[in-house]
Amino acid sequence: MQRLTSFGRAAFALLFVFFVSVVQAKEVFTFTAIPDQDETQLQQRFGKVASYLEKELGIEVKYIPVKSYAAAITAFRNNQVQLAWFGGLSGVRARLLVPGSEALAQGYEDQFFKTYLIANHKTGLQAAEKFPENIVGGSFTFGSKGSTSGRLMPEFYIRENLQKSPDDAFRRVGFSGDHSRTISLVQSGAYEVGAVNYKVWERELAEGKIDTSKVQVIWSTPEYPDYQWSIRGDVDKTYGDNFKQRVQQALLGMNSPELLAAFPRQSFVEAENDFYQPIEDTARKIGLLD
Amino acid sequence: MNNTASHLRNVSLLILLSAVVCVPFADFEITAPDFWGELALIGHAALNPEVISWTELLVALANTLSFAFQGVALGAMTGFLLALAYRFSIVRSISAFLRAIHELFWALIFIQVAGLSSLTGLLALAIPYAGTFAKVFGEIFEETNKAPAKAIRNGGLSGFLYTTLPLAWKRIVDYTGYRFECGIRSSAVLGFVGLPTLGFYMETLFKQGEYSQAMAMLYALFVVIGSARLWLKRKLLPFYIVAAFIWLPPTADISWLLVWQFFTYDIVPAPLRTGYGDLSAWLWMLLSRQAVPGVVNTVLLTQISLAATLLLSLVLFPFHSKLFAGKSKILGHGLLVVMRTTPEYLLAFLGVIVIGPSMLPGIFALGVHNAGILAHLIGRYVDEFKLRDDAPRGMLLYLYEVLPRVYKQFLALLLYRWEVIQRESAILGILGISTLGFYIDSAFEELRMDRAFVLILITALLNIGTDALARYLRNRNV
Repeated sequence: MQRLTSFGRAAFALLFVFFVSVVQAKEVFTFTAIPDQDETQLQQRFGKVASYLEKELGIEVKYIPVKSYAAAITAFRNNQVQLAWFGGLSGVRARLLVPGSEALAQGYEDQFFKTYLIANHKTGLQAAEKFPENIVGGSFTFGSKGSTSGRLMPEFYIRENLQKSPDDAFRRVGFSGDHSRTISLVQSGAYEVGAVNYKVWERELAEGKIDTSKVQVIWSTPEYPDYQWSIRGDVDKTYGDNFKQRVQQALLGMNSPELLAAFPRQSFVEAENDFYQPIEDTARKIGLLD
Repeated sequence: MNNTASHLRNVSLLILLSAVVCVPFADFEITAPDFWGELALIGHAALNPEVISWTELLVALANTLSFAFQGVALGAMTGFLLALAYRFSIVRSISAFLRAIHELFWALIFIQVAGLSSLTGLLALAIPYAGTFAKVFGEIFEETNKAPAKAIRNGGLSGFLYTTLPLAWKRIVDYTGYRFECGIRSSAVLGFVGLPTLGFYMETLFKQGEYSQAMAMLYALFVVIGSARLWLKRKLLPFYIVAAFIWLPPTADISWLLVWQFFTYDIVPAPLRTGYGDLSAWLWMLLSRQAVPGVVNTVLLTQISLAATLLLSLVLFPFHSKLFAGKSKILGHGLLVVMRTTPEYLLAFLGVIVIGPSMLPGIFALGVHNAGILAHLIGRYVDEFKLRDDAPRGMLLYLYEVLPRVYKQFLALLLYRWEVIQRESAILGILGISTLGFYIDSAFEELRMDRAFVLILITALLNIGTDALARYLRNRNV
């Protein structure tokens, strides 16, 4: 019986702590960002943005890292974050789930975003204006399953040009998880062709991370709207009148090169929900939205 | 267990035959082009682990242990209560269902309603563990000597407390202690979906090729589990559990509106929810394009991995036995500790990096991890044997004395692992291997809870079926 009582004591303590632990009050303004490239850099990139916003808004601002696009959307929906740096498609999904939420600002470049199809040099594929129909039958990697530039738009153009679903068009279809990894998988030859966000490609190219004798751009999609900052509709109620507007001003006023390099964008411009209607329509067309 | 030799032989042959039948249909392609190069990089990193931030490492470790202690403690208590009513088939079914769904799937579900919170981590572990505890405790109670309970003629609670429970208590405590070790592994793996445990960092670091830093995190896990015998003492458990709740109180900002929506809207099939499209077409698409290929690949991976486990364990257990390995047993012991301490999910994750997302990394991970467990248990059992003075040595001893004596035990353990291997086969899909987990992960990524719900249900039923078949094979003549 000695052990039973110690077990009982432990059980009691356990229940006690369980019930006493209370939900803390929330005053912190929290944001997240989709993990679209090298995750080891996320904290470093967005930590700076958090301190900038903190200074501009005068309240505590926290960045929380997430593992997937869906996790970013879910955090936005659950009000675990009130602001998020989404891609085109993840933003559409998030705003559909949170009535009253708004696209506040987009990068200058996001008004005319592109996806590059990149190919390993062994395929012999060359850059061209026309969609490279001879990628059929090879191996192909997208980025994240929920990405606009790494999944939605390339899949749309594959279906349009090849009249086949990716599963039917290619011998093997993969999802690398993020754009940096897509580049390294195609560069190493693990996949013959891949779809990558053009900004990530150009940044890694400039940083000397890409071996252009092994991988090159073979096609570019037409332009489409992409990334944006979206905010929940109920923030004015929680953080005070005009809070939404103040956040927008802070985002548009972000002009230090160091901060902008985190995205990387040259500046931020105003955005509206309607800008993303084409993304929503495309997603419905290829069955990524019900 | 039916123990005629022909039964043992037939079951073994069935396992091997089913794997042989599966092999032609399985995807064995090595897509990663530089297998040896990548392996060399990881090997080099293994010798040069690097800690960038000790705070980060220690906090992640503390979180890992906290989730493990909380989850296993709550799971054990709930499982114990369920086990008290284990004679009711409804309770057995509920328990089977709870454990048929992998903790990572539970985590993905709870993230929807409780966010990336400490409550999510606790429940994701506690729920499937409760199902397993219920089964094991329930079976322990059933196997306990019934004579004392009959003698005092009290079938009620006090009868149970004074007769069955004291007799079963040691086994219950032993098993619970062992599960804390598993809990630490599971908790580390929860990081892969975003909870702040060791896996959170390992996933990022391994994926980005920062192998040295990733290895440091992995070594932290090895050290903690490898030294569990020294610090995971029964008397200290209450202290650890309370400390875990103080370090990481299970809280979450739950919006009950969202919870309500989750059950009444999110998981309702799209055609019913939106009014567009046709339910039967939706269901047909889901079954034919996702569920069927997912189930087929899950079964292929399970059967091949089960056979791989069988063969690998038989090769490995002598290295963990004094009879065969003598003093060099310590080396075998070390190898097996590493094999069974590394979570199979992490092994497969590494395999996908160096091999590419085919079934090979899955078979490798499941074979290595499970053979590590089985060889350890069988080796320990063999060392208790008393041999005749003129016993043969080497191969003859292995084939004609040791193997026949342990085989019944071995096969029973292997059949127990079948269900576990199957559950893991499904989950490995998250890594890109085309099992059920691939489609479930896609559904979560596309925020299609309706699809995720149906696919998880199918995964659970498949697992319950495998469990039932394993029980049948253990008990009946084949």
